[in-house]
Amino acid sequence: MDNASIPGAGANQSVLRLEGIRKAYGVGTPIETEVLHGIDLRLERGEFCALMGPSGSGKSTLLNVVGLLDRPTGGKLFINDSETSHLDDKALTRLRGYSIGFVFQYHYLLPAFTAAENVMMPMLADRGRPNDDMRRRAELLLERVQLTPWRDSLVVNMSGGQQQRVAVARALAMNPALLLADEPTGNLDTKSALNVFELMRQMNREQSTTVLFVTHNHDLAARCDRIVQIVDGRITSDQPTPH
Amino acid sequence: MQTLFIVVGVSIGVGVIIFMSATLAGQQTNIIKRVLSSQPHITLLPPQEVARPLRAPPIAEAAIVQKPFQRVRSIDQWQKIAAEVGRMRSVTAVSPMASGPVLAVRGDATRAVTLLGMDPVAYYRIIALPEKLIKGRANLTADDIVIGMELASDLGVTVGDKLRVTVASGQAATLNIIGIVDLGNKGVNQRNTYAALHTAQALLGLTGGVSSIDLTVDDIYAAENVAQAISAATGVEADSWIRTNAQFYTAINAQIIANTVLRICVALAIAFGIAAVLIVSVVQKSKEIGILRAMGTSQGQVMRVFLLQGAVLGLAGSLFGSVLGAAAIHAWQTLVKNPDGTPLFPLVMDPHLFAYSAILAMLTGLAAAVAPAVRAARLDPVVAIRG
Repeated sequence: MDNASIPGAGANQSVLRLEGIRKAYGVGTPIETEVLHGIDLRLERGEFCALMGPSGSGKSTLLNVVGLLDRPTGGKLFINDSETSHLDDKALTRLRGYSIGFVFQYHYLLPAFTAAENVMMPMLADRGRPNDDMRRRAELLLERVQLTPWRDSLVVNMSGGQQQRVAVARALAMNPALLLADEPTGNLDTKSALNVFELMRQMNREQSTTVLFVTHNHDLAARCDRIVQIVDGRITSDQPTPH
Repeated sequence: MQTLFIVVGVSIGVGVIIFMSATLAGQQTNIIKRVLSSQPHITLLPPQEVARPLRAPPIAEAAIVQKPFQRVRSIDQWQKIAAEVGRMRSVTAVSPMASGPVLAVRGDATRAVTLLGMDPVAYYRIIALPEKLIKGRANLTADDIVIGMELASDLGVTVGDKLRVTVASGQAATLNIIGIVDLGNKGVNQRNTYAALHTAQALLGLTGGVSSIDLTVDDIYAAENVAQAISAATGVEADSWIRTNAQFYTAINAQIIANTVLRICVALAIAFGIAAVLIVSVVQKSKEIGILRAMGTSQGQVMRVFLLQGAVLGLAGSLFGSVLGAAAIHAWQTLVKNPDGTPLFPLVMDPHLFAYSAILAMLTGLAAAVAPAVRAARLDPVVAIRG
């Protein structure tokens, strides 16, 4: 894995591949609405891709489908080159736990736990009981997000930027191949937003984690490798950033 | 906050169950003790005398057969039977008795009474007459008699006086009153008189015989089964206290059933309380549940969390409830008293009761958590997170 530490290396292996993905709500009712009209998208290992588009264009729906939280009504979804439509809920949960990390606009940390415990949560979901390896991994991740002094603080006592950094650390706990970020900086001030973005960018460079980053912020989008525009459930532009 | 409230609720419920069960057990033990302290658990009697028309079987004839009178008779082979039942494991004491109707005469006053002749050593193991003495002593010899307090007051006699006892056949004896007892019931106090076995045998014309054999058994609720077994094995009639006090026994059973229904109701109230709190908690925590699901937590894991929460709520409530119940029992025993300062009736603080209540509360919590847990597990992560 570590031989592909440069973005774009190992380009023959796609982490995410969408083929004609459709998603409709209210299927079979008079108010059936199709939100995604056949999306084709391919993300290579180590890519950092911005997903932009106006509100209601289907960004979040797309992210839910890609994150295996929602099943598409048509098309094929490949994670690490394996097709997912035949998997049952249990297998999807497992694949999600191992391969995909989420960062949302709101951090959704568990308020009753400390920063370190929140970071350990996905590992606990996987293995059931805490052990020293998990603790070490949590400490390492918190160190990466520069929160070592806060590792034993309850997350409710931390600032918004700090909480979002804990959420990033948590998303990376299982060392996922794909990190899905749904406007993770939307609630933060400019400085904290940049800080969180840089953190994800750094992880992307160091670990070759593929990132799909939904944002309205053009400055941040410009710092990505590639910008995908989506309007009314269709991809309207897909271009690498000039840098 | 809601956790605190529900734990308090469960505690009160469990406390009520424990207190109620202890009260019921205490009351039952007390009443049964009072009933059984003046009567044996099983009485063996000679078979009833029946008239058997002497006719050859093929001839069928309409006949009215008059019921014969029942004499005071001895149990055939009573010593053998007494030895036989004495060997049974469930039988704890055996006392042969010669009893029959006699007249107690003093001056112009006459009272029809029952003379109970027994061997004091054996009989006092079944009915502790010496404990019921209000005056005198109870170690009967051939010329002695112990009478009830009502009879003593009716005849105006006391310990040391003499009492003439006459049988319908004309036999009579003058006996020394050595003790006066209170058997806890006015009718019994008027009727029962106690003498040595030999004295009664001679008076009642039962020389060497006994009219009944009294038994006690280890498990009073099994008395009827033991009685039937004895009856089947020996051919004598065996009456258990359950049969002779059928209405009383039914009343106790009714009480047990009422208590069980109440307990079930309290348990249901606890269950609904826990379920309500957990459902609110599922709704409140749906975002967290959604995020846990998104992070790879399985439906089973989410379900287990809520089942565990239900069980813990039940268990915590039952622990505090046990303390509450124990306190209520203690308060009852110190506050509710007889006029003489003794507790009205002793409450039974059975450790099993506490263990059962704890297990029951835990299972109730678990059962109550099923619906909320399923609901939590089925939460759609997308919907939960979008809220």
